[in-house]
Amino acid sequence: MSKILVCLKRVIDYNVRVRVKPDNTGVITDGVKMSINPFDEIALEEALRIKEKGGATEVVVVSIGPADTQQQLRTGLAMGADRAILVQSDAPVEPLAAARAFLKLIEKESPSIVLMGKQGIDDDNAQTGQMVAALWNRPQATFASKIELDGGKAKVTREVDAGLETIEVDLPAVFTSDLRLNEPRYVKLPEIMKAKKKPLDTVSFGDLGVAPANAFKNVKFEAPTGRTKGIMVKDVAELVTALKQKGVL
Amino acid sequence: MSKILIVAEHAGGKLNPATSKSVSCAAQISGGEIHIAVFAADAGAVATQAAALAGVAKVLKVENAANAEPLAAVLAPQVAALAANYTHVFGPSTTFGKDLMPRVAALLGVGQVSDVMAVESAYKFRRPIYAGNAILTVEAPADQKLVATVRVASYQPAAAGGSAAIEAANVTAEIPSHTRFVSRSAATSGRPDLQSATRVVSGGRALANSDNFKILYNLADKIGAAVGASRAAVDAGYVPSDLQVGQTGKIIAPELYIACGISGAIQHLTGIKDARTIVAINKDPEAPIFEVADIGLVGDLFQVVPELEKQLG
Repeated sequence: MSKILVCLKRVIDYNVRVRVKPDNTGVITDGVKMSINPFDEIALEEALRIKEKGGATEVVVVSIGPADTQQQLRTGLAMGADRAILVQSDAPVEPLAAARAFLKLIEKESPSIVLMGKQGIDDDNAQTGQMVAALWNRPQATFASKIELDGGKAKVTREVDAGLETIEVDLPAVFTSDLRLNEPRYVKLPEIMKAKKKPLDTVSFGDLGVAPANAFKNVKFEAPTGRTKGIMVKDVAELVTALKQKGVL
Repeated sequence: MSKILIVAEHAGGKLNPATSKSVSCAAQISGGEIHIAVFAADAGAVATQAAALAGVAKVLKVENAANAEPLAAVLAPQVAALAANYTHVFGPSTTFGKDLMPRVAALLGVGQVSDVMAVESAYKFRRPIYAGNAILTVEAPADQKLVATVRVASYQPAAAGGSAAIEAANVTAEIPSHTRFVSRSAATSGRPDLQSATRVVSGGRALANSDNFKILYNLADKIGAAVGASRAAVDAGYVPSDLQVGQTGKIIAPELYIACGISGAIQHLTGIKDARTIVAINKDPEAPIFEVADIGLVGDLFQVVPELEKQLG
């Protein structure tokens, strides 16, 4: 029966103000709250809704990261996923290596749909879904704001710069979620307890036969040069004068 | 020597300015030769516009009925095939390029540098991460093809006056039929395009409903501006999603940005940090938008905006 694979990434929580380390080797993560990437949470919610409407029989959450990533997978299980797989890696993994690992899991699980967020809010790369679709040689529907399943096909509305675009794809396919696909549910305490008993498997890159080697070198992390506060005006007349002085009107 | 292929973004026979800005980025790679590929059913008009961009050596037309709509799954194998003769493949970091380029990179078996904001060398770039809270300098291996998307807000359009040769390219690639275009609903406001507008009037949650956005439309029309919005205003349904400015919406760099009733969440500020002049109108004097605004006015936007429109008359 049909299965949905949802890829979750462990990231610094959306509400944390991210700071660069003083030695420019990364950003500060010690003692910082970690969460499921918000876009991936939306992807999981969509998978659960599809299953609840009878469009799938199983939702499997998968992630790549250090052992602590089990926390985010447990949250995913508490939301309603049936089981979880962690590809454990202590070092950061680039999107292409992540896509290669996900492909191995896809080949093993044979899902009809792979869902994940359109981008991670940490690296802002927005690559992994498209790369999985390419390696899998299957359709992709990125930035999805509406997914309608129809047998072996899906109609997906995508948020593009010009407005909304609708495409039709044959399943299996990869979908990446945009913000307005849905609003994820809140996890209730009994579900958290239940999630502790759901299966969570851990595998390594070695088990999958994928090299986790990163091609890119992160040379330096820097804080952005911020804008400085300008002037305050007290009324519209002063505003118009200031705009004219700046030559922007 | 670097040979750089730029994938053109276009619609309705018009080259998107994002392509021209991608040329400006590619031109930062010293000694590079820049070619533009136009994938279309009929690439003629777009190729002519691309050939007129200064710094472009050649324009390649890849014409095929399947290329009538910009579907990543259809275009990616063709771009990957064409990439054989190049060291670099660039696309704009618009929804078009973000959709397409990672698929191209994976087909080529290489990673991608997303959102290039500065070129340090042919294989070393600067890019924003964490919603612009950090800038990463990243170095890619020089013995691999370099695939990148260009953060268009960081670049000016290339100058006119080029006269590149236009050639039809033969591309052998298997084009899938598993992905089909259905429809596109484009907003037809008659106003400038938000991504490339020189002036933008933007509204937030304080507008309270979609009717109230009319006062922003009136001001925008008076000064020839595009209209944008914060995520809060889009989520509340006041305006369509293509007006969203910010980390997950559009990243823009207008000459003038007038933020009305926008508090200034970091995710929103990410989308406007390259604006030349930011004006903030907000009744909350503590709103974070004032920390980045060049000109701030504490006041009720429902009085200030119509008054501003009147005084500009």
